[in-house]
Amino acid sequence: MPEPLLSITDLVVEFKTEDGVVHAVDGVSYELFPGEILGIVGESGSGKSVSTMALLGLIPQPPGRITSGTAMFQGRDLLQLKKKELQEVRGKEVAMIFQDPMTSLNPVLTIGRQLGEAIKTHFPDVKNEEVKERVVSLLDLVGVPNPEARYGQYPHEFSGGMRQRAMIAMSIANSPTLLIADEPTTALDVTIQAQVLEVMKRVMAETNAATILITHDLGIVAEMCDRVVVMYAGHIIESGDVATICRSPRHPYTIGLINSLPKLTEDEERLEPIPGAPPSLISVPPGCPFHPRCFLSQGREKCRTEVPALVPAGDGHAAACHFSEELVGYQSKYSKGAEVA
Amino acid sequence: MLTFIARRVLYTIPVMVASSFLCFVSVSYAGNPLAKLYASPILNPDIIPKIIHQNHLDVNIVERYFYWVQSLFTQKLGISLVTLQPLLPDFERTMGHTFQFVIIAETLAIILGVAVGIFSAIRQYSVFDYVFTSTSFVGFAMPTFWLALMLQLLFVYVWKWWHVRIFYTSGLNAVPGGPDWGLDRFQHLALPIITLLIISFAGYSRYMRASMLDVINSDYVRTARAKGVTERRVIMRHVFRNALIPITTFGALNVGALLGGAIITESIFQLDGMGQYFIIRLGNGDTYAVMAYLMITSVIIIAFNLIADITYGILDPRIRYE
Amino acid sequence: MSEPTASGGPIIAPVGAGSTEAEGLELKVRSQWSYARDRFLRHRMAIAGLVGLVVIFGAGALCNYIAAYPLGYVDLTNVEHGPTTFGHHFFGTDTTGADELTQVLYGIRTSLEVGVFVAVVSSVFGLLVGAFAGYYRGLIDNILMRITDLVLTLPALAILLAFSSLVGQRWPSLRGNLWVLSLILAGFFWTGIARIVRGVFLSLREKEYVEAAKASGAGDLRIMFRHILPNTLGPIVVNGTLAVGGAIITESALSFLGQGITTPNVSLGALVATAQSYPEAWWLTIFPGLTIVLIVLCVNFVGDGLRDALDPTQRRVRA
Repeated sequence: MPEPLLSITDLVVEFKTEDGVVHAVDGVSYELFPGEILGIVGESGSGKSVSTMALLGLIPQPPGRITSGTAMFQGRDLLQLKKKELQEVRGKEVAMIFQDPMTSLNPVLTIGRQLGEAIKTHFPDVKNEEVKERVVSLLDLVGVPNPEARYGQYPHEFSGGMRQRAMIAMSIANSPTLLIADEPTTALDVTIQAQVLEVMKRVMAETNAATILITHDLGIVAEMCDRVVVMYAGHIIESGDVATICRSPRHPYTIGLINSLPKLTEDEERLEPIPGAPPSLISVPPGCPFHPRCFLSQGREKCRTEVPALVPAGDGHAAACHFSEELVGYQSKYSKGAEVA
Repeated sequence: MLTFIARRVLYTIPVMVASSFLCFVSVSYAGNPLAKLYASPILNPDIIPKIIHQNHLDVNIVERYFYWVQSLFTQKLGISLVTLQPLLPDFERTMGHTFQFVIIAETLAIILGVAVGIFSAIRQYSVFDYVFTSTSFVGFAMPTFWLALMLQLLFVYVWKWWHVRIFYTSGLNAVPGGPDWGLDRFQHLALPIITLLIISFAGYSRYMRASMLDVINSDYVRTARAKGVTERRVIMRHVFRNALIPITTFGALNVGALLGGAIITESIFQLDGMGQYFIIRLGNGDTYAVMAYLMITSVIIIAFNLIADITYGILDPRIRYE
Repeated sequence: MSEPTASGGPIIAPVGAGSTEAEGLELKVRSQWSYARDRFLRHRMAIAGLVGLVVIFGAGALCNYIAAYPLGYVDLTNVEHGPTTFGHHFFGTDTTGADELTQVLYGIRTSLEVGVFVAVVSSVFGLLVGAFAGYYRGLIDNILMRITDLVLTLPALAILLAFSSLVGQRWPSLRGNLWVLSLILAGFFWTGIARIVRGVFLSLREKEYVEAAKASGAGDLRIMFRHILPNTLGPIVVNGTLAVGGAIITESALSFLGQGITTPNVSLGALVATAQSYPEAWWLTIFPGLTIVLIVLCVNFVGDGLRDALDPTQRRVRA
């Protein structure tokens, strides 16, 4: 068993708001191994973005607070690093790609300057011409046509897909060991999504960086990731490798998630959404966070009072459900050799 | 970039024309340019028809407008119908005085306001922030004339009680020419400058702070931090320039308020400037002088709007390529 | 309780509505206004401002009843007396022995009338201009916006002074009339609202619910006023509130310079103007001016609170 590159244990992140304390991440633990692509799936508000932003110290500390937890990376706890040490890690060993490329790039600086900044921040002695060369080759790597001309252009002159490619290029500029992609394709058209995902696959193969891919789209997870972690209301409710999770899920939420996706290869009469709505993160109901919407729970006492722990179910597969055994043998619509999404 | 500037410049021309026409027509209709003439005891009534014809007052309003514009250029800003003298020398004299204190006040207001706004935003909720945010609230609520009067009153009492003249409370200078002229002029202009400075400062610091806070919480600043850029660099390179953009708009809008403030402070402090001249001429019913003043101030405002537009284009590349 | 099958979906048993696990699940349906009201009430300065306004404007509105002396009362034995409790002259007396506090109270009433009138009229007019410009776009928008820009490039105070003076010369009976002056002021204040409303209409006219309304046969006016307009109420209320303060300051400046409101109405600005000749009687300058500052300060606090409460684009915490 290789050593994990990143090991997060019991991470708890809260936000103090006017309406009360928001428990965004409530005791999350997972591991990431070198070279693998880990997917984090969940709805908006499930805590998936917050858990990774906490790693790089990007959570504004009022109103946010990392109440507890550790995040061991290369022998150091990222959550305990001082400002200066954190700044050295950011953009060099751990890099992040954000969701909306239009707002994530500074509109008054050229793309070339912004990408160059990523390099010069960590390698200030590199000459400007060399920096420019590297930036142009990065743009070329991610498939931006005519990179020399594009170097001097501004973000608003790029299309959405190209901007995201530029962001990807910016993140791998210093060959990071860990790459975090926070919903990189959510803000893009479907056709562009496919292109950008292609670029990401290529980039990941080239750099061999371990990647955390955050998304709400199971289809992307199935296509890109090796393992996946499913989050709900600030908790991890299931984790395992992609094939197992998609074919034999062992948590009612995962099942609901899979069933709510339309399957393109078969005729389905009705879409089946999960009834109800995600809980308020301020007044979290006692017991399992999913129980009010759960078909398996049936209002059972244990679900209402005890928070289920993430219990291994064999082969790296784990689920946080009191009655997970009742789902043994359940085969989702993606099993039986059918293609995923 | 050049086409952008050229387009902006061209656009201002019809605005100036429309503005001047509007001023001319409304002032002409509302007042009777000839009233003072008729009432003048020293004027020979037989001359009046000649004056009327000479000043084209017997033709319709549109033609009159063109004659007036023509006279602005050819006859030294036109002839006052009250003094029957050209207006330009008056303006030459007064404009210099006005600009002296207005430009100093506004420059200081911009520098101090932007600086305080930046620090307030970086140290949000600190004592510094609370003090200056409160100051700007009060500054917004204070009428210029009252602030000027308060300052005047304060220094009148300083003189009364301590017999020390730090700043003068009226007039332009007590010492004509000579080596002490600079200091004397400064002592006379200090209070008007402080008045306008405080009022403008309230606006600049408030808006700069708001703009900074907006930018500090934006996505691209988060991206810069995620790249490992030091906080100081983030503020200077990413936040500051973007935050400055809305300030140019505010600055342009503030020119009108400045000119209005000049009118008030000049009246209170008895400075021989454009504003005081305007008030006096208005009181005398001297419509052509009034129109000349409105024309000049309009041009100034439009010119500064143009400068602000161009500055905006320099700061924000998105605007340049329309 | 049945097992989920691969071909069909799981049969989901709904949680009973009366069961206790519904706690924390309820989605309390609250209207937009209750959220706004809560946000406003949390704003301490806004509450303070509101209380201040109620007290001050209330005093002004009731000046007829609470003033210790009638307007125009003179007492030449008591000329230029400083603030004192004697005879309830809390703000002192002026050069004719008239009570200053009485005059300030009447001045507050004038300010109240001017402020509200200007805010309401300019908001209505600005709303109409902005709505038509933003909704119809094209030529109408161009023309209306050019006019708006034009008004904005005029030197405000100078034009107001000139207008007021010239109106007074042309129609002497209207000289110093409160409502005429307010109308002139409103003629300047509408531009801000017009811009904002236009922006809202421009962005919302493309929205799907407008298309849906059109498809079901709604006419232009109906769409404009029933569907889009409610979204502009927030900014209009905020802007209108702040306009009250702006109008009061501008009116007092005009009155100070002699071109504002004159008898029979009392203007705080005019009170300050007459006090200029008697700098030793400092109370005559300070009290009316301080009143203006307090009024506008309170108005601005309330406006700030309203902006926080009604502005949907607040900086949110990203979960």
